[in-house]
Amino acid sequence: MQWETVIGLEIHAQLATKTKIFSGASTAYGAEPNTQACAVDLGFPGVLPVLNQEVVRMAVKFGMAIDAHIAPYSVFARKNYFYPDLPKGYQISQMDDPIVGIGHMDIEVDGQSKRVGVTRAHLEEDAGKSLHEDFHGLTGIDLNRAGTPLLEIVSEPDMRSAKEAVAYMRKVHELVQYLDICDGNMQEGSFRCDANVSVRPIGQEEYGTRTELKNINSFKFVEKAINIEVERQIEIIESGGRIIQETRLYDSDKNETRSMRSKEEANDYRYFPDPDLLPVYISDELRAAVKADLPELPQLKRARFIADYKLDLETASILSSSKELANYFESLVKESDCDAKICSNWVNGDLSGALNKQGLAISQSPVTYQRLAGLLKRINDNTISGKIAKQVFEAMWSSEDTADAIIEAQGLKQITDSGAIEMIIDKIIADNPGQVEQYLSGKDKVFGFFVGQTMKASQGKANPGEVNKILQGKLKR
Amino acid sequence: MHTKTIAQLAQGLHTGDFSSVELTQAYLQRIQQYQSLNSFISITGAQALAAAEQADLAIAQGKAGPLTGVPIAHKDIFCTQGIKTSCGSKMLDNFIAPYNATVVEKFTAAGLVSLGKLNMDEFAMGSSNETSFYGNVQNPWAENTVPGGSSGGSAVAVAARLIPGATGTDTGGSIRQPAALCGITGLKPTYGRVSRYGMIAYASSLDQGGPMTQTAEDAALMLQVMAGFDPKDSTSVEHEVPDYNADLNNSLQGLKIGLPKEFFDAALNSDMATTIEAAINEYKKMGASVVEVSMPNLKLAIPAYYVIAPAECSANLSRMDGVRFGHRCSNPADLNDLYIRSRAEGFGTEVKRRILVGTYALSEGYYDAYYIKAQKIRRLISDDFNKALQEVDVIMGPVTPTPAFGIGEKTNDPIEMYLADIYTIAINLAGLPAMSIPAGFINKKPVGLQIIGNYFAEAKLLNVAHQYQQVTDWHQQTPHGFE
Repeated sequence: MQWETVIGLEIHAQLATKTKIFSGASTAYGAEPNTQACAVDLGFPGVLPVLNQEVVRMAVKFGMAIDAHIAPYSVFARKNYFYPDLPKGYQISQMDDPIVGIGHMDIEVDGQSKRVGVTRAHLEEDAGKSLHEDFHGLTGIDLNRAGTPLLEIVSEPDMRSAKEAVAYMRKVHELVQYLDICDGNMQEGSFRCDANVSVRPIGQEEYGTRTELKNINSFKFVEKAINIEVERQIEIIESGGRIIQETRLYDSDKNETRSMRSKEEANDYRYFPDPDLLPVYISDELRAAVKADLPELPQLKRARFIADYKLDLETASILSSSKELANYFESLVKESDCDAKICSNWVNGDLSGALNKQGLAISQSPVTYQRLAGLLKRINDNTISGKIAKQVFEAMWSSEDTADAIIEAQGLKQITDSGAIEMIIDKIIADNPGQVEQYLSGKDKVFGFFVGQTMKASQGKANPGEVNKILQGKLKR
Repeated sequence: MHTKTIAQLAQGLHTGDFSSVELTQAYLQRIQQYQSLNSFISITGAQALAAAEQADLAIAQGKAGPLTGVPIAHKDIFCTQGIKTSCGSKMLDNFIAPYNATVVEKFTAAGLVSLGKLNMDEFAMGSSNETSFYGNVQNPWAENTVPGGSSGGSAVAVAARLIPGATGTDTGGSIRQPAALCGITGLKPTYGRVSRYGMIAYASSLDQGGPMTQTAEDAALMLQVMAGFDPKDSTSVEHEVPDYNADLNNSLQGLKIGLPKEFFDAALNSDMATTIEAAINEYKKMGASVVEVSMPNLKLAIPAYYVIAPAECSANLSRMDGVRFGHRCSNPADLNDLYIRSRAEGFGTEVKRRILVGTYALSEGYYDAYYIKAQKIRRLISDDFNKALQEVDVIMGPVTPTPAFGIGEKTNDPIEMYLADIYTIAINLAGLPAMSIPAGFINKKPVGLQIIGNYFAEAKLLNVAHQYQQVTDWHQQTPHGFE
């Protein structure tokens, strides 16, 4: 039988506020345990939550970017369950009235465009962390993360392969960073994902029983976890079994999913509106302000890059995938006054390669767009060749000098003086009578030998065009 | 000295008749003397004397506010930095808050001297102060009777003149009912008038702090300090705080009083009805007119309350889990054992009952039938009041169906106990302000008159109460043995 995979994702994006969603404590990552948890985060008796208005603005921004319905009125609810790192015994979340309603994201897989529905996005607070190591059989609780604002983005079950799921996740990841509402750091847990996965025979309309995969916090693991889970489900069904609705944990070490809890054991969260918080009303003023503040979104930027810079789809997609990268590219074009194609080749080629090698983000590039522009200008005006430029770029990477300073100091200026080139060529012709004879007798290939020798003798500095012209004159058949 | 009101004490302090240290010592001495009433959970003599010295210094330097140096005490539900805040529960017997409740902060800033923390029903759940982990409180008016609850310690301390004024909180009548049973003045402000920050939550949408005093004038003085918007409490309201003393002496000529017929039905004991009618006659003499109003949904108040309040408390009390503060069972075998035994040992019967009721009401499949329905009833009850208050200035009635009942009389019958709040609960559901003022005695036990006003009409209520206290002396009576 042919099976179809059905996937929906729940993405938790940590909102990049300075302080927590309901308290004034800092959200900075990596502090000593429990140093960034105030009485409100600790859930002490008598304390009350006060909504950080910045999170509302960020949620509205996200909603607008995915063309979603922004609820004029939304409500915080208490989700009740006991856990040691959940200080109040309930999580403040949103249930019946989320701040962002139905919207959508467009993804591309294998050159095909596809629309994925977003069911809703709601605000909630994160829990703390339970630490099981280093406590001699006891559990340590770190509440620094408790109260960190999260936007939970819930998709429709619209994805049909792990590849599509990853494409969607990447798209959301790209978008939240574009909007400056999430730093997207997956190692630190700022962007996390749960996947609801089911299979059904192709052609069947009804969904199969789904499982929820937890703890899949990289693009690679999302793909692997879904694929392994799909395999597991198909195997069970084909051998006559039946899928149990349950939550499963993905173990990346063993590349397997295993049961955490079944639906029967699932909590009844007893949601009800939090009486400590007023409903959130989104005013027209706030809407207008957020709209005005909305950056150019990746889709539109990509289209503009294709139209304005005559870039191909793939190049434009890469350059528009991050706001920083796009800005770098555009600044480089402007600053260098060079052809956009050359600029994009450098950004996507040598620069990206060097950054990847050292695991650096574009914002951390030791070669700023201003310095790279200085280099491209020298290619453009024939001061150096493209080949020499790579050498200069390498030198720029490990120093703070400008391209000009490096060219000057290392004497890399292209030799365009035809007299000087002629002298070099004359010597090569004199030293290699055998090759001259071969060429004159019709072996065209030998011409390349003379070019190579000339470049070598000039340490790569001879202008290749000039070399060609002079050689052709001197080796006339 | 101990029979003086806050207004009189404040004046005496300013004219130098006595110092704050002298006052503090005198009240501390009385608190010691009448410890058998069990109205205090913690007595903070040393801190009080230090604060009194500061107050005297401020008065001497001319830097004092109107109430600087006046002693008070707080219900043990208000968090006090560095001082145990038990909320009447074993669960918090070891809890020392690292912060002050906004109310505590405001009184401290105004220079009042806190002498300690007052007894109360456990987590403010109770109508007789019998659910306190620290034992029941004795009503000074009649031996072996309850003081009411949950602010029983506050009511008794003021009634026995151990303190001139106290803070209380009122979720379903917890200020007004004990004030009535102990013959003092109590004011539950409009929901949102007084900050709830640092006031340990029972039912967040109903809880409201307020003053408990001898007189309406004193209640006005205390409310002046307590009231106001607090950025730390999202449910506190940004509504201007008027001068509560300014209207106290306004004439009541032309005042329209509404009497809900549902307040005077068969449930009300006939002696109570007679006493309340007599009080209303005093108002007629002052030029007020009376009309009957109807609150058809009032009978639904208790069932609605006993869904909403337990639902909220079931979540509010989840934080008492033995993990970060409060009682923790010894040698927990695992996490579940830690939760189960810590909570089983830390909470009393009534608290457990309400947590269970609330958990049930919020459960999947029951939520709509209970919680949502109760919220609808709440709206209907509010509408009843709002409609009536369009026609009248204030609504009056009894605070309780009977005067103080006996200790142990209702502890085995929770429903009977819940009915003690039949006239007060609806006001919390509507979020309105209401007062209880002394209006007479039945068999030497005090009776309270309830005055209910419109949202943020505390000044009106205080005016209406104060005028009554100008022509009656019920509020000046002191229980035998405490003169």
